[in-house]
Amino acid sequence: MTHGDYTYKPTNAFTKWLDDRLPVIRLMQETMTNFPTPKNLNYWYTFGGILTFMLGVQIISGIVLAMHYVPHETLAFDSVERIMRDVNYGWLLRYMHSNGASMFFIAVYIHIFRGLYYGSYKAPREVLWLLGIVIYLLMMATGFLGYTLPWGQMSFWGATVITNFFSAIPFVGESITQWLWGSFAVDNSTLQRFFSLHYLLPFVIAGVVLLHIWALHVPGNNNPLGIDVKGPADTVPFHPYYTTKDGFALVLFVLFFSYFIFFNPNALGHTDNYIQANRLVTPTHIVPEWYYLPLYAILRSVPDKLFGVILMFGAIFVWAFLPWLDTSRVRSCKFRPIYRQLFWILLVVIYILGYLGAQTADDTNLVFWGLELPIGKLLLARICTFYYFLHFLVLTPVIGLLETPVPVPESISKAVLAKKGA
Amino acid sequence: MTMKLNLLLAAALTLGLAGAALASEEESGTFEPKHPQQQQWVWEGVFGKFDRQQLQRGYQVYKEVCAACHGMHLLSFRNLSQPGGPEFTEAQMKAIAASFQVPTIDDNGEAAQRPGTPADRFPAPYPNEKAARAANGNALPPDLSVIIKARHDGSNYTYSLLTGYTDAPSDFSLLPGLNYNPYFAGHQIAMPAPLVSDGQVTWPEGNPAATKDQMAKDVVAFLTWASEPKLEERKELGVKVMIFLIALSALLYLAYRRLWRDVDH
Amino acid sequence: MAHTTDNANVTRRDFIYVASASAAAVGGIVALWPFIDQMNPAADTLALKEVEFDLSPIVPGQIVTIEWQKKPVFIRRRTPEEIKEAEDAPLADLKDPQTDDARVQKPEWLILVATCTHLGCVPSNQLKGDFGGWLCPCHGSHYDTSGRIRKGPAPKNLAVPPYQFLSDTKVLIGAAPKPAAATAEHG
Repeated sequence: MTHGDYTYKPTNAFTKWLDDRLPVIRLMQETMTNFPTPKNLNYWYTFGGILTFMLGVQIISGIVLAMHYVPHETLAFDSVERIMRDVNYGWLLRYMHSNGASMFFIAVYIHIFRGLYYGSYKAPREVLWLLGIVIYLLMMATGFLGYTLPWGQMSFWGATVITNFFSAIPFVGESITQWLWGSFAVDNSTLQRFFSLHYLLPFVIAGVVLLHIWALHVPGNNNPLGIDVKGPADTVPFHPYYTTKDGFALVLFVLFFSYFIFFNPNALGHTDNYIQANRLVTPTHIVPEWYYLPLYAILRSVPDKLFGVILMFGAIFVWAFLPWLDTSRVRSCKFRPIYRQLFWILLVVIYILGYLGAQTADDTNLVFWGLELPIGKLLLARICTFYYFLHFLVLTPVIGLLETPVPVPESISKAVLAKKGA
Repeated sequence: MTMKLNLLLAAALTLGLAGAALASEEESGTFEPKHPQQQQWVWEGVFGKFDRQQLQRGYQVYKEVCAACHGMHLLSFRNLSQPGGPEFTEAQMKAIAASFQVPTIDDNGEAAQRPGTPADRFPAPYPNEKAARAANGNALPPDLSVIIKARHDGSNYTYSLLTGYTDAPSDFSLLPGLNYNPYFAGHQIAMPAPLVSDGQVTWPEGNPAATKDQMAKDVVAFLTWASEPKLEERKELGVKVMIFLIALSALLYLAYRRLWRDVDH
Repeated sequence: MAHTTDNANVTRRDFIYVASASAAAVGGIVALWPFIDQMNPAADTLALKEVEFDLSPIVPGQIVTIEWQKKPVFIRRRTPEEIKEAEDAPLADLKDPQTDDARVQKPEWLILVATCTHLGCVPSNQLKGDFGGWLCPCHGSHYDTSGRIRKGPAPKNLAVPPYQFLSDTKVLIGAAPKPAAATAEHG
């Protein structure tokens, strides 16, 4: 097989005829089969494929669940339990969907942090990165809407807290929240519109994913070295090389996913969500799903309602400016000794925020693995929030200018040979 | 730190985050519930299954002790004979169903009662929430259909709660009409101790002695099954799926290695 | 590729590719089953549903329609003339030959699933058709006083549901007939 020949050539009269009219085979071949892909992608690059698979799993399992689910405040909780008890393989489909949401977020976080580490957001991939942020925001919205549907205590009170974010908007906040609810509080009308939107948004995500993949195919993949592809010697065709590698990684991921579905299906959920929604009692310890915890900690670290909400959304929007905040000429952290350390510090800070997001809303000292630390939870959350923004707004541009990167290899193939030789 | 180690650490942290959400169950307040006693349950683990005899005994405890106040509205009589449950025989299940009176409308349009059929749900002990509260000093006995999944560490918690009633410490001010139980959040619970004496329930021949401890264990087993009636089906299918996926990943790994053998990467 | 020089290697390599691709394909196809099977009737729908009905208010000649398993069921108290008509119909005239005796437990009571065997409409109690039974308003199938198809597009007689008499005035629809009747059916 020659690795340089990536253009589609119709082989018979029919494909030639079709290619002149609707070049669909050409599109498939050039984007999915022959697509030249850097040959040094590691396993962290398999998560794009895994995410596509998970989107498919969520959409298909969701469509079949919607055949049995009843979006009504008096029937929703029991209809989910009916799925678990009476519908053929209903338990499997429901656990697949509920755990699938967590798997989707695990994969998307790995995908995002892989992009951060290897500088995949930098020119010429800014649009690819921005579309990714749009997908992430849509995923957050979809996850939140879906979590409301079983109409358990966490569904109800989660929906109450999140929709109350909008009451922070000056002057019109109250009107906006009532408009969102269609009532004076989260109500049946809220449940029904959330169901409608939860069904809609995944298809919007699928649309943006297509744009995301399109935006990937124009400049081509970044790679762990963060250097441009210099020629055919640096690439292999996507199929069969990366279909096989992605397929292998996907099966390992599904194995991990299956453990949760079959052996620990409620581990990632909250027990209070098996209590039907009760608008008269809030659970004593209300926490969002794990994938929102760092953002929740940022929200709670601010004493002002409006500013807390702004800061929380700002924590995501700041990513949108990253391609321009990062002043370094080098993409990959592999060659950035200082920024690489900052990446890991950022990850630890986000982890601590996530941990704090799961704690009770009081300002006691932090107890970590049974050890009481001499620092209040609130203070620690504020330090971490401050550092989070410091990282993106100050450290990233400044370090990019000050840091001296390690010399970058000339090409992917040379780097590979050098590694082999060593 | 090497690159690989760093990345592994990242993965560990990502997963740890999920753990943090689980681990942070400590309640605030002066009277934190005691950590439930940890029991070994037969349905735990990858190959765990329920003990049919235990589920049948547990059903009897539910019916004779709990059902007076606690409903089980998601459970049908037919569930009692389905695979993976107590597996009463069809005839036994029908007899159980017929022993309950379920509400109906008679031919004259009047509210009436009729014997239950397999398709019927367990009838509620009270006609509505207000009646339930009125009968229980304004406390609402929760429905038990998914109670084990609705409590953290549900099986151990319920077992501990049922066996954990003691006298209140002298410095504890117990409200009138409430009972002391250190496993309950706030330590005061409206439900009086339901299992009060050994031999409260009479099981058929060949079963262990009906001690309070045994009755508590058995009713927990029954409630756990009722919360998750497809547990056995789920685990059985899970083992098959895992074996298939491990084999498939091995094949794909070999294919991947062979394919990439000739590529410098 | 060195097809000619290394045949054994090519074969072995192809085996692994084929094996992994087919294993993945088989797994994928098997995984489809839950998504298909979920559309079959659920356990609560399938659960044995029985309807008890009090026959005493029904006068001879009257037909009542009740619901059983989401389907209408006719209960007809036949007059002696209607019974005679049903019994006397020559089997040779019937599209789906069956004696009246085989369709009732007690001649006075005719119990039928009221779904036309053509395309599922409910035959009319008012339009009795050319044979004094029922006429289906959708496509004009005529049934006689035993619910047998006599004229029109329907291929089969109206079905008889499982039922048993609990007493002279009470019938349980959906319950399998008594063991004796059941063995007779199998024989």
